[in-house]
Amino acid sequence: MLFDTITAISTPIGEGAIGIVRISGPDAFPILSEIFKPIRSSSGILENRKMYYGHIVSDEKIMDEVMVVKLPSSGSYTMEDIVEINCHGGLMPLREILALILTKGARIADKGEFTKRAFLNGRIDLAQAESVMDLISAKTEIGFDIAMHQLKGHLSEKITKYRDILIALMAEIEVSIDYPEEDIEEITYSKIESTLTDLKEHLSVLIEKSKSGKIIREGLKTVIVGKPNVGKSSLMNALLKDSRAIVTEIPGTTRDVIEEYMNISGIPIKLIDTAGIRETEDVVEKIGVQKSKHYFNEADLIIFVLDASEVLTKEDHDLMELVKNKHAIVIINKTDLESKIEMAYINAVLVDKAIIKASVHNDLGIEALENEIKTMVFGNEVDMNHTDIISNTRHIQLVKDAEKNILEALSAVRSGMPYDFIEVDVKNAILNLGHVTGESVEEDLMNTIFSNFCLGK
Amino acid sequence: MVRTFDAGYFECIVIGAGHAGCEAALASARMGVKTLILSINLDSIAMMPCNPSIGGTGKGHLVKEIDALGGEMGLNIDKSFVQSKMLNSSKGPAVHSLRAQADKHQYHTEMKKVLENTNNLYVKQAEVTSLIIEDHMIKGVITSIGSKYTCDVAVLSTGTYLGSTIFIGDAELRSGPNGLSGSYELVDSLNQYEFDLRRFKTGTPARVDKRSLNFDKMEVQWGDQDYELFSFMNDELRLDELPCWLTYTNNVTHEIILSNLDKSGLFTGAIEGTGPRYCPSIETKLQRFTDKPRHQLFIEPEGRDTNEMYVQGMSTSLSEDVQLAFMRSIPGMAQCEIMRPAYAIEYDCINPLMLNLSLELKSVKGLFSAGQFNGTSGYEEAAAQGLIAGINAALKFKGEEPLILDRSEAYIGVLIDDLVTKGTDEPYRMMTSRAEYRLVLRQDNADLRLTQKGYDIGLVKEDRYLRFQKKLEMIDKEYMRIQSVNLKMESLNNALASIESSPVTQGTKLIDILRRPEVFYKHLIAVDETRPNELTKDVIKQIEVSVKYEGYIKKQMQQIEKFKALEEKKLSYNINYNEIESLRLEARQKLMKIKPDSIGQASRISGVSPSDISVLLVYLEQQRRKNK
Repeated sequence: MLFDTITAISTPIGEGAIGIVRISGPDAFPILSEIFKPIRSSSGILENRKMYYGHIVSDEKIMDEVMVVKLPSSGSYTMEDIVEINCHGGLMPLREILALILTKGARIADKGEFTKRAFLNGRIDLAQAESVMDLISAKTEIGFDIAMHQLKGHLSEKITKYRDILIALMAEIEVSIDYPEEDIEEITYSKIESTLTDLKEHLSVLIEKSKSGKIIREGLKTVIVGKPNVGKSSLMNALLKDSRAIVTEIPGTTRDVIEEYMNISGIPIKLIDTAGIRETEDVVEKIGVQKSKHYFNEADLIIFVLDASEVLTKEDHDLMELVKNKHAIVIINKTDLESKIEMAYINAVLVDKAIIKASVHNDLGIEALENEIKTMVFGNEVDMNHTDIISNTRHIQLVKDAEKNILEALSAVRSGMPYDFIEVDVKNAILNLGHVTGESVEEDLMNTIFSNFCLGK
Repeated sequence: MVRTFDAGYFECIVIGAGHAGCEAALASARMGVKTLILSINLDSIAMMPCNPSIGGTGKGHLVKEIDALGGEMGLNIDKSFVQSKMLNSSKGPAVHSLRAQADKHQYHTEMKKVLENTNNLYVKQAEVTSLIIEDHMIKGVITSIGSKYTCDVAVLSTGTYLGSTIFIGDAELRSGPNGLSGSYELVDSLNQYEFDLRRFKTGTPARVDKRSLNFDKMEVQWGDQDYELFSFMNDELRLDELPCWLTYTNNVTHEIILSNLDKSGLFTGAIEGTGPRYCPSIETKLQRFTDKPRHQLFIEPEGRDTNEMYVQGMSTSLSEDVQLAFMRSIPGMAQCEIMRPAYAIEYDCINPLMLNLSLELKSVKGLFSAGQFNGTSGYEEAAAQGLIAGINAALKFKGEEPLILDRSEAYIGVLIDDLVTKGTDEPYRMMTSRAEYRLVLRQDNADLRLTQKGYDIGLVKEDRYLRFQKKLEMIDKEYMRIQSVNLKMESLNNALASIESSPVTQGTKLIDILRRPEVFYKHLIAVDETRPNELTKDVIKQIEVSVKYEGYIKKQMQQIEKFKALEEKKLSYNINYNEIESLRLEARQKLMKIKPDSIGQASRISGVSPSDISVLLVYLEQQRRKNK
């Protein structure tokens, strides 16, 4: 069999009532029987092409209520055994089920891979080949996949750092193998062991954090700012109404700052309406302002609202200065009224920002705003940085694989296996971490060997 | 212009008689192809212009593989070595690496004898000054005295002779290695045919007079008592061993070198070629690793009949007076006399991306190339390519498919795939870390991996093949035996106690007790009563390795299976990648240049992404269906 088993979330990203996770390949049926407990099939045997109701179960724990169907290779889309799991919509259940399937040995599908297999296995006709290629090709790399590859910043630095530590370790091992007679102190088992143990700890922490799915629950921190009466609250309500959201008001917050949770095209967002950030002598108001500033500084994204029907005030000017260096979208509200605002000036100061003309009252500009948020998230402009959370299932799996490699290397160390056997798993760990950040081993290793050690005749 | 005249036809012509050329010519002639080998000087056949040793990490693997395929290097070093050592013997079996010190003159003489006594092989002294290429096909060569030889296939292995310049201090000499004349006119001929030439650099340390050294101040270095041989054809040879010596540089040495840097061609800018990172000159080492208080040097004999000693670790392009001064600051070398000064050498070679996996030039049919000409460094790397180039030239002449070893079959496969797929920016040296399937590509099983292939192409002769089959049979039989033999608890525990291995609680299968990392055949002599007498060391080794490391080897075999699936998806040479629009631009350009042989090879090209590979897979299927 040329192909292994692949899986992916097959419904479009967004808040549908249901979502579908699909598995294709030789292990699709065995994986299903491991994770699915039907409610009414006493024998536990599932017939092909019949829908079954039951639970996805992990470690005896019910994860979701689902409907599943088995489609045998003879008539399936990919001409391989396919399983489709219909579960509750929303990213959380889908990702958790996907993650569970991955632990059972499936691999996350590449973009267009189901279709590619359909073609390679003779399901799709020749005329479609070009479009299959385009689908796979880099040209169409937009949308969700890019969002999934969001690894800028902190996390990527960490993974690179761990990988570098492993490469340095491997270089030391390789030097002792390829240059046995050089005047270089040979690496000891205890050093290998302590380096690997440390790294294992670090990776475990990353994996543990990713389980909490913090980003997914808390969402992209988005703060709405603007002077009073500019239309912030109406904007917030309009967005909430539009998003069929999981609206939850956090109790205990003061009226100074309102937090709402919503979801735009599957992007979880924590929307914060602030009291405003102006200079004030009023003690009570001061506390509110300080809080606002705090949120402002922590925000992943700012929505800055201006009133088109008024000339810019000092407060507007102050805010513009603050917003200038943040990821921000500018909303010019009340464009249904006569325009008095200095657009040329705004365009000049906020030159790199998206500026959207809106009339929230008339429901104008809301869609444009939503699209802009999507573009910024998928286009990598907003990185959910300052956090170590791996939110991408594929990356989580790679880090888990690397952790497993390190455990195997450690057990080789402890049973006194020769260096060249220990190295096998160290190398695999480097490969797996490299897949997260998109780097290969060979050149990096050679460079490390020759820059760290003095070798040669 | 010299008058040219017809000097005859040979089916195959090999240009250069270094380590690559010798293997190429022998392989071609032994495969029944009438072969001519040309060398600028017949006294430099198989000359070792640098270190007096064969093998080492990675390189030793290559020599074993050359031998397993029916090449000569292993047999020749077994005839001429003066000391031998298994490097890494304390590490795993995959990285055990054999290295032998050679008597250089004897190595040359023995190889020359073999060439002279091989049927179908004609040995001539001549300098080739131009190639005759018509319609992108090799037709023959012309020598400096006007002899014109025609041929159907040829192997180019010019080593460091091509366009070479020697640097010693500020002296710049138009010369080949070791005082031999270089080859300059040939460069013009290659340029005329638009060869993608580049300039590489290497160097060699001084040779000093043994009588001028004080060995009391050095550490003696002996080889292994129970040494192994390179050739699978040899069981035992008696050896009168010669020692090597170890000493170290010190502060004084370093000061002398650093204060004379302006006298090195390397630092004055005279040398432009790219040198290898793994054989830096002593001046480079001092500059790059300033905190290292001393550097080791090995003093190695150049042979039995000479007082010349090779000073390993002291390669330099400094002037001779500086060389003498810094060497005299080293313990045991206070009175040292130089016999041949160290030098740096620059030479022309090609960008190996010009080659196919068969080592045939993409732009000239029938012309193969090997060795330093292809951008490598080292005798063993050269010999390995020479062997493959010679084999494939002969196969081409016979109209047969080329022999291509892949990365999972041999270090030779790794070497050639690296060269022609990734290219190289410095002289390429083999290292075990370059082989991703290292646990399977061991030096102890090179014959099991390759001898059948050598036999199938007609290079391995009956005597070797019989030995090989007998060994296979013995391994099978022994493997059956250890699975069935049960060792009694009491006597087994006695044997285990003597090596501090934990006791068993019941009778145990021989195979299971051999799985313990600390238990070897030699420990079980007393208990293993049915052990056959004819069991050889080789067979025992194979059994021990495959039993002890079974899990790892299985894992690697699975990886190899995946690797093979992609290697077997062949890409035609004629694909116009520019027409596949879904490929990214960079991928299209790279694929057009390298013309990979398979999807697997394509995936190793830098700049070809996984999505490009997917596009190629779909493209292949599309073509397959169109052709149906």
